[in-house]
Amino acid sequence: MSLLEIKNLHASVNGNEILKGIDLTVNPGEVHSIMGPNGSGKSTLAQVLARRESYNVTAGAISFAGKDLLGMKPEEAACEGLFMAFQYPVEIPGISNAYFLRAALNAIRKYRGEDEMDAMDFLPLLKEKMRMLEMDERFLNRPVNEGFSGGEKKRNEIVQMAVLEPRLAVLDETDSGLDIDALKIVAKGVNAMRSKERSMVLVTHYQRLLDYIVPDFVHVLVNGRIVKSGGPELALELEQKGYSWTEGQLAGARR
Amino acid sequence: MSSTVNQIQDLTQQEYKWGFTTQVDEDRLPPGLNEDVIRAIAAKKGEPEFMLEWRLKAYRYWAQQEQKHAEPKWANVKFAPIDYQAISYYSAPKKKKELKSLDEVDPEILDTYTKLGIPLHEQKLLAGVAVDAVFDSVSVATTFKEKLAEAGVIFCSFSEAVKNHPELVKKYLGSVVPYTDNFFAALNSAVFSDGSFVYVPKGVRCPMELSTYFRINAQNTGQFERTLIIADEGAYVSYLEGCTAPIRDENQLHAAVVELIAHDNATIKYSTVQNWYPGDKEGKGGIYNFVTKRGKALGKNSKISWTQVETGSAITWKYPSCILQGDNSVGEFYSVALTNNYQQADTGTKMIHIGKNTKSTVVSKGISAGHGQNTYRGMVKILKGATGGRNYTQCDSLLIGDKCGAHTFPYIEVKNASARMEHEASTSKIGEDQIFYLQQRGVSKEEAVSMIINGFCKAVFKELPMEFAVEAQKLLSISLEGSVG
Repeated sequence: MSLLEIKNLHASVNGNEILKGIDLTVNPGEVHSIMGPNGSGKSTLAQVLARRESYNVTAGAISFAGKDLLGMKPEEAACEGLFMAFQYPVEIPGISNAYFLRAALNAIRKYRGEDEMDAMDFLPLLKEKMRMLEMDERFLNRPVNEGFSGGEKKRNEIVQMAVLEPRLAVLDETDSGLDIDALKIVAKGVNAMRSKERSMVLVTHYQRLLDYIVPDFVHVLVNGRIVKSGGPELALELEQKGYSWTEGQLAGARR
Repeated sequence: MSSTVNQIQDLTQQEYKWGFTTQVDEDRLPPGLNEDVIRAIAAKKGEPEFMLEWRLKAYRYWAQQEQKHAEPKWANVKFAPIDYQAISYYSAPKKKKELKSLDEVDPEILDTYTKLGIPLHEQKLLAGVAVDAVFDSVSVATTFKEKLAEAGVIFCSFSEAVKNHPELVKKYLGSVVPYTDNFFAALNSAVFSDGSFVYVPKGVRCPMELSTYFRINAQNTGQFERTLIIADEGAYVSYLEGCTAPIRDENQLHAAVVELIAHDNATIKYSTVQNWYPGDKEGKGGIYNFVTKRGKALGKNSKISWTQVETGSAITWKYPSCILQGDNSVGEFYSVALTNNYQQADTGTKMIHIGKNTKSTVVSKGISAGHGQNTYRGMVKILKGATGGRNYTQCDSLLIGDKCGAHTFPYIEVKNASARMEHEASTSKIGEDQIFYLQQRGVSKEEAVSMIINGFCKAVFKELPMEFAVEAQKLLSISLEGSVG
């Protein structure tokens, strides 16, 4: 059974239709990359998957692990195993990283009927994941994302993903604002999490990320529609020919 | 102590559910205020002559002010004029004598407690049933009294203090907040029914945190209470005031006075978690919490520290202040004030620097939600002789929704050029992106809001004793329930 099945998804923001009929199926263990120019609807797709309220779904259906994703609140989707790494991680002053992440983990465990994890068991787990992302332990007690550099924020997102162990990870422009060293660290963390059960959707503008996290499928999103799908080689082709190439194809196809 | 804490927690975790009244026989004066009423109050309490005289002087001063309509009008709050003649100034349940078992308690009262969800052994405490040693709470209360007596600490109701320690009351009553201080302080001085009294002798570190919990429930204090705390040379005391106990107040005006006196090298830490009835969602009803709190850091190196978490009351008018008279004395004010629905708060502090090298810190966190209006009003005054005076003020406001308001009125008056003043202020809105971020990690919306608020208040909460801090966090969450759509 597929993990994620998107059918004819239409969505609008402030009355403007951004997604105009998306179909996408993601099976367990698959890594899909959604590529596209600015304004094509990549981030909107990510936000809709994460159930952000201000994104209004006007038509279509999404099933996630056999359940109706569109009927879920953001926290329910999260508890069902959907994780989004934010393009712009948010700062929460006064709440330590460790406290926040344990609260999140325990909310998810509670939802699944599991026992809550106490601080004694949680800290070693968190420290291990932080080492993997090469984050200093001082980040444990720093307020969530406050005063973090862009790269630190992105690494912190992957630390969270590693702790929460989602079934589906949606990475929204995780490569943006990263220098090459940080990108390698992030990619290492993400690759370490690839497994037969876990699926990923990488939303990105550039092919660069895909050198380090090699996807199984690449989809090109233009003007709210997937205009082309293929293997990793499609990303390279895009890199060479530019997005105007697919736009031309789309125009051709319409004619 | 932990069972005490649990009790307090059990009690205060209840949401406000006061939409019912209980019919009980009361010993109560008819509404109205005049000299006869003052005499009647003093007589009922069996007070010595000096108290009656003081009350009468206060009453006469208040009556003059009332004639001149001299109620303070400068605060940023709105309410209909109060008819002071419509209030009854003395009210106590008739059955004051100790009862042997719950069977003897008025079933109406028990019914009320049941509605409030208060556990049985606590019902006994609240109803004033003679507490036998079987109950944890009781043995706690007993050990508690013994321990304090051993240390020489006096902790009793104001009435008891008037009876047993009249010399101390006479010496200190009104020495920090004279009855002429303001309209509501004058009213309180005239009619106050009871309150707390604490005296910590020289060199004594009070062996435990003092809490009003036991006393209030046992004594049934009214709405005009008065607290007097004296820390003699080198003494230390931490006092906790939880206004969350289920006190049945029929009238809405609550005008209390608190006076603190710290002698040389003494420290008084005073923490409040206030959760009086805030009124309903439409702003109907609720307590007018018009309170005068002031501490005098009288001696050298003395310290007065106020921490308050104000979540209740329809209107809060309250400025816990410090008079820094002794050289090197320290004053602190840490405050969280929350207004939701139609609540209004005008709160802050005054730091009056008189002695040399005096230091004050002010940290105020205002949270406004619904149609709530939240005002910080603070004054820092460095007098001529206060060479080396220093103040740090931080004043942050958080807005939830777009119908509430946050206002800041900081006054600074410096008469000594060596003073150092720092003032930081910020106003922010609780972000939809912050809430969504937390939700995306699995945390519910309500929890997300409470987490963000607690982060905002962290600098204040860390000043509270541990158990109180936990309490305060829960209280904030409850008070904000439903404020984020």
